[in-house]
Amino acid sequence: MDFNTGEDRQILIDTLGRYFAQRYPIETRQAISRSAAGWSAEHWRALAELGIPGMLLPQAAGGFGGTGFDIGAVFEQLGRALVVEPFLGLLMAGRVLATAGGSEALLAEAITGTIVLAFAHEEPHSHYQLAAVGTSAKRAGSGWAVSGSKAVVPQIEAADHIVLSARVSGSPGEETGIALFRVEKGAAGLEVRGYPMIDGGRGGEITLNNVHATLIAEAGFPIIESVVAAGIVALSWEAAGVMDVLKQATLEYLRTRKQFGVPIGKFQALQHRMATVALEIEQARSAAINAAAALDAARKVRERAVSAAKYTIGRVGTLVAEEAIQMHGGIGMTWELPLTHFAKRLTLIGHQLGDEDHHLARFTALSQTAA
Amino acid sequence: MNLDFTPEEELFRTQVRTFLQEKLPPALAAKVKTRKRLSKQDMEQWHAILNERGWLANHWPVEFGGTGWSVVQRYIFDIESALAHAPRIVPFGVSMLGPVLIKYGSNEQKRYWLPRILDGSDWWCQGYSEPGAGSDLASLKTSAVRDGNHYVVNGQKSWTTQGHHANMMFCLVRTSNEGKRQEGISFVLIDMKTPGVEVRPTILLDGEHEVNEVFFTNVRVPVENLVGEENKGWTYAKYLLTYERTSIAAVGASMAAFESLQQVARMQRKSGRPLAVDPLFAARLAKLEIDLENMKTTNLRVLAAAGQGAAPVAESSMLKIRGTEIQQEIDSLMRRALGPYAQPYISEALDAGFDGEPVGPEYAAPVCANYFNHRKLSIFGGSNEVQREIITKEILGL
Repeated sequence: MDFNTGEDRQILIDTLGRYFAQRYPIETRQAISRSAAGWSAEHWRALAELGIPGMLLPQAAGGFGGTGFDIGAVFEQLGRALVVEPFLGLLMAGRVLATAGGSEALLAEAITGTIVLAFAHEEPHSHYQLAAVGTSAKRAGSGWAVSGSKAVVPQIEAADHIVLSARVSGSPGEETGIALFRVEKGAAGLEVRGYPMIDGGRGGEITLNNVHATLIAEAGFPIIESVVAAGIVALSWEAAGVMDVLKQATLEYLRTRKQFGVPIGKFQALQHRMATVALEIEQARSAAINAAAALDAARKVRERAVSAAKYTIGRVGTLVAEEAIQMHGGIGMTWELPLTHFAKRLTLIGHQLGDEDHHLARFTALSQTAA
Repeated sequence: MNLDFTPEEELFRTQVRTFLQEKLPPALAAKVKTRKRLSKQDMEQWHAILNERGWLANHWPVEFGGTGWSVVQRYIFDIESALAHAPRIVPFGVSMLGPVLIKYGSNEQKRYWLPRILDGSDWWCQGYSEPGAGSDLASLKTSAVRDGNHYVVNGQKSWTTQGHHANMMFCLVRTSNEGKRQEGISFVLIDMKTPGVEVRPTILLDGEHEVNEVFFTNVRVPVENLVGEENKGWTYAKYLLTYERTSIAAVGASMAAFESLQQVARMQRKSGRPLAVDPLFAARLAKLEIDLENMKTTNLRVLAAAGQGAAPVAESSMLKIRGTEIQQEIDSLMRRALGPYAQPYISEALDAGFDGEPVGPEYAAPVCANYFNHRKLSIFGGSNEVQREIITKEILGL
């Protein structure tokens, strides 16, 4: 048993921590988040130089990390700084390309931060169901033509390449017949509608009308499950980072804000609630650790752990965000306070890759099936 | 026990419904229903329509332009208005200041200010909270020093809702530092156009401007704008805070919002079926509906007691806590129901004139921002923690 971070990872964590403290303070983040682009190419490249993309991908794909704990270490720091740059897309799309093989040149560009990748899977009516793919692909000459739509893809406007799922046979809800494709930015028939996200940065809808696509993997569903698992590990650790910031800020407020002549942290009613918040954050961190540890395990072990983590993060995230605002009182309602932006991000992490209810039901279903 | 309304009350309900059908402008109701931003003109328009019918200040005595309605009639009016998606009556003049003037104001003050509330000549805001005086309101520091026929006011108020729309503020100021803190507070009326008054916006976490900071620098307020006696303002302030019992639980607003939630849950789909039949979401809806039904009866029990002359101060704290919790749970389930579409946020889509294409379902645009905005419900009007203190002391005797 060893709960230590490990020396190499710790060096990266410290480097990232310093970078964000010096070059990505909350004012900078807010300016980037609300800019027309909604992300910063400059920070993207600088963070690639520091080794983030390499840390997210395994050696076979040209990276030097890729384990659950490597992903966790990076995303916890991204959460602490409320980073809006598209690392989740890089992680998920990059791992699709790495698993399927044959995209070494592209991955090399991704690892140096030369290009941006997006992973587009969710559709307007799928409500987190991984097999609910209605977008379709058919052979067209030597390649494929994809038609359909994808919903709420983070930083889609920034992406040079989009890795997406489309059905080659069967109907929505079936796990078989889903393949993975790559589509290039600006391809004919590809429409991107971008918009701001309430928790920062931008996202968008994409509509595909016979868009030329390159087949990445024919049997897509198992790959989708595994990269969504990696995405959930990432989001869970990002949430752990966000929750630590919320906890520290709220504790500081309880210690310094005075009402009725004493710091409000002296009131037992608030003390006990803060104790519950602290306890639940530790439980959530344990869930994130469990998911990271199970990322390379057999399918059922892995999927149970990631659904357990996402359920926990969803439930605890809502509690922590709401309590942090409530214990701050009026000031906790203001745009000016950094805390409120952390609270919004934490809440919306609950809406990415499946919410609390979705993963509770999924955990139950997984427990009732054979390995 | 009999939970039915009397035939007279049912007849009254019919009258209210007819009035709403005839007089509530459909464009205004549509704005409320779809949670678009309301302008000051929208609110003024609805006040004017109600005032024309004599129903604006429905809890004032008839002699001051009120309706003389029973608490049950007022309850029915609140519910029907909410279900018809009427704007809520802006409380500051009508529901807060009005009753204070009627009970504690001079005859002159009543004659001058009450009609101006009704006809919209004045638009009021509330000057209670300060940066250092939130839950602990009695620690307020904004001072008023007598100078001839004026008070000279210096200090700062915070969280002033509609301060940027208002031309008048009722304000708690410190006129004495002797004795108990509560005994040095006075209740004054301040013209927002007086030199030395400065209003600065406070932007909320959803990006909206609805509250303000108000700064006073040597603001001269005529002594005739003191309400009641000097240093007795705390009594009036408390009276104001517990007055509006019929609407504090916001039962009507919750009923209307719950209807919308049910519609959304039927339209959102998961695994090809409506979200409303997803076992976990259905259980969340069921628990909420049960709580709301219970709340309706709790509210009516308090109203019935109030109708018989009881002054249920602590009961109104119970209604405030559970009423706001229910509203927040409705908002939370709306947010959950949207799935990934909670995340996109096009602020302009909340403007009445927006004609862009919606992102995701057409009802999605305001939902998540509204969820965050309504976190304020358990904070303002005396935080739910303060309400629990009141219950502990006043009902439980601990």
